[in-house]
Amino acid sequence: MKQKLTALVLAAAASFAAHAQTEIQWWHSMTAVNGEWVNDLAKEFNARQKDYKVVPVYKGSYDESMTAAIAAFRAGNAPNILQVFEVGTATMMASKNAIVPVTKVMNDAGKKFDASVYIPAVASYYTAPNGQMMSFPFNSSTTVFYINKDAFDKAGLDTNKLPATWPEVALAAAKLKASGHKCPLTIGWQGWTQLESFSTWHNTLLATKRNGLDGMDARLVGNSPLHVRHIENLGNMAKTGLFVYKGRNNTAEGSFVSGECAMITTSSGFYGNVAKNAKFKFTVAPLPFYPDVAGAPQNTVIGGASLWVMAGKKPEEYKGVAAFFEYLSNPEVQSASHKRTGYLPVTLASYKLTEDSGFYKQNPGTDTAVNQMVRKTTDKSRGIRLGNYVQIRTIEDEELEQVWAGKKTAKEALDSIVKRGNELLERFEKANKGS
Amino acid sequence: MEKRVTFKSSWLPWLLLAPQAVIIGVFFFWPAAQALLQSFQQQDAFGTSVQWAGLENYRNLFNDATYLESFKTTAMFSLFVAFFGISLSLFLAYFADRVTRGTLFYRTLLIWPYAVAPAVAGVVWLFLFSGSIGVIAYWLHNAGLPWDPLLNGNHAMALVIMAAVWKQLSYNFLFFVAGLQSIPRSLIEAAAIDGAGPWRRFWSIQFPLLSPTTFFLLVINVVYAFFDTFGIIDAATHGGPGKDTSILVYKVYFDGFKALDLGGSAAQSAVLMVIVIALTVIQFRFVEKKVNY
Repeated sequence: MKQKLTALVLAAAASFAAHAQTEIQWWHSMTAVNGEWVNDLAKEFNARQKDYKVVPVYKGSYDESMTAAIAAFRAGNAPNILQVFEVGTATMMASKNAIVPVTKVMNDAGKKFDASVYIPAVASYYTAPNGQMMSFPFNSSTTVFYINKDAFDKAGLDTNKLPATWPEVALAAAKLKASGHKCPLTIGWQGWTQLESFSTWHNTLLATKRNGLDGMDARLVGNSPLHVRHIENLGNMAKTGLFVYKGRNNTAEGSFVSGECAMITTSSGFYGNVAKNAKFKFTVAPLPFYPDVAGAPQNTVIGGASLWVMAGKKPEEYKGVAAFFEYLSNPEVQSASHKRTGYLPVTLASYKLTEDSGFYKQNPGTDTAVNQMVRKTTDKSRGIRLGNYVQIRTIEDEELEQVWAGKKTAKEALDSIVKRGNELLERFEKANKGS
Repeated sequence: MEKRVTFKSSWLPWLLLAPQAVIIGVFFFWPAAQALLQSFQQQDAFGTSVQWAGLENYRNLFNDATYLESFKTTAMFSLFVAFFGISLSLFLAYFADRVTRGTLFYRTLLIWPYAVAPAVAGVVWLFLFSGSIGVIAYWLHNAGLPWDPLLNGNHAMALVIMAAVWKQLSYNFLFFVAGLQSIPRSLIEAAAIDGAGPWRRFWSIQFPLLSPTTFFLLVINVVYAFFDTFGIIDAATHGGPGKDTSILVYKVYFDGFKALDLGGSAAQSAVLMVIVIALTVIQFRFVEKKVNY
């Protein structure tokens, strides 16, 4: 009884203490190792100062938390901060009355905010055509190429000279297959890695209007001869068993960790999982490219998520959000996060700090993602930001599967992606005209 | 003698009806009306800019060749789910009814799947049949069968049908067991004395007497296949490969909840509603004539 009473008193005291501070609700989609990381960030921020308390809440996967936040917004109790995946960026940007641009939040709170400290590809992705940074870059990833070194050794391939171009990848795959490997190459996030990243990596447009960054009237052009050549190439590899399709989204990643597949193109955020669970030696290499394409390799495209500030909150809550973002912008905090998760260091300062600490030398391959991103971007490679993107990704999945199954030619499938995707882009433009 | 209860006052019956009417109004008609309204609008995800679009959402749907294809997919899917769901559960119920020892044990086992959420059912079957990790897929490969639900549309269809049937089996089973038990034993015994074998007894006595149950289940299963199966599809195949398992309700769910295209999703659910109303009317007008109550 006595114990119960003390517990009650303690709980009451705790809730009183919480009321004295301004609470900042932060909805996110980070699980397992990354979930602990998010909680630690909030804990450290809360310990550093007394005025605000950031409360991280896991709200399901990226699409689930976005749906939940929209429902909450319509009911008038949205969170202060919402983590949104890159695919939702165009949707968030178009919803002008629902969000407050990060630049405005920081300026209103009197904090210094300089978008030029960010890695160019990251900054331009989250910046509106008028130069205003819309969301706070948090966990950015990019596409990289993982290689199982043990499988390479077994196949008699040189692990000091990894395949850098697509023709070399095909040769390596053939050797792996000859050595008895059932799945030489597989692909995670096929639309993201093989169409979107592939385009910027080869300095080729996937959509007009600088891939949609310049406005909502962008249209897809991802059926160029280069795109057709690449998808045809992969289709042929699928036919001969050099490339084995393992499903949509990131389902293919499991077959790399288990050792079933020897090479995979997928997110740099996959690094932590492989480092922890793979029972073989592996390395992270840059995405392969076609050596005869002018300007290749350029830079890869951004993925991951950013933090959006929701509209309609009290002024002191916005001050709290600004203080929290200022804490997150700290190069030391960012560098620690980068080392811990494999997500990109989003500012140049945190990249320098990580490099100076010798982290990249000690963990070969971890700088691949950064090197692919810090290059100078061109007008064709700043990022891809399109409306109705979730549906367009699904169309990419549907059509590419037809190629892997041998039911459609690469040209037919890509033409169909462009046609069906453009209908969705037109609709998005119409639906968001009034905002 | 007048048996019917008649109310003298004119407002009392309305008052007694009111609670039910309010519940139906709030939870059925109001959301349905909202969906209809939304299907004529185009709006951004947060609903901050809403525009009247007239029939545009519907026009977009019927100009989309893949949407029209998905009618065929849905017809095939619901036909198989209803057919296998009903016949398999009738088969199981018949034998569960004949069992003399351990009846309760068998029945409990057969009722279990109903407690499983659709998404979980999808994942369970995916784990059994997934190319990389599935136990049954492994056996199939060893037997020399090239099982590949990731790229072969028929295999993927078979997978989601199996999961959907398994999920609905318990519900059907319960009704069939109850139906079989309500058939008077004396009828069957008399037939047995007259020399009718089990097969004859089933077809001439039990099955016709079960026809009201079977008809009810046919309606329920068709509605189930049309509306309740998107969780299974999402977990097992995501509608793939290509669009081969993308039935109408899955697209409604995906466009509305994942892609946040509310107008398009609402238009699809209106279309779906019309189809199911039409199917139910057809069932009651034509199939019901074969039912003996």
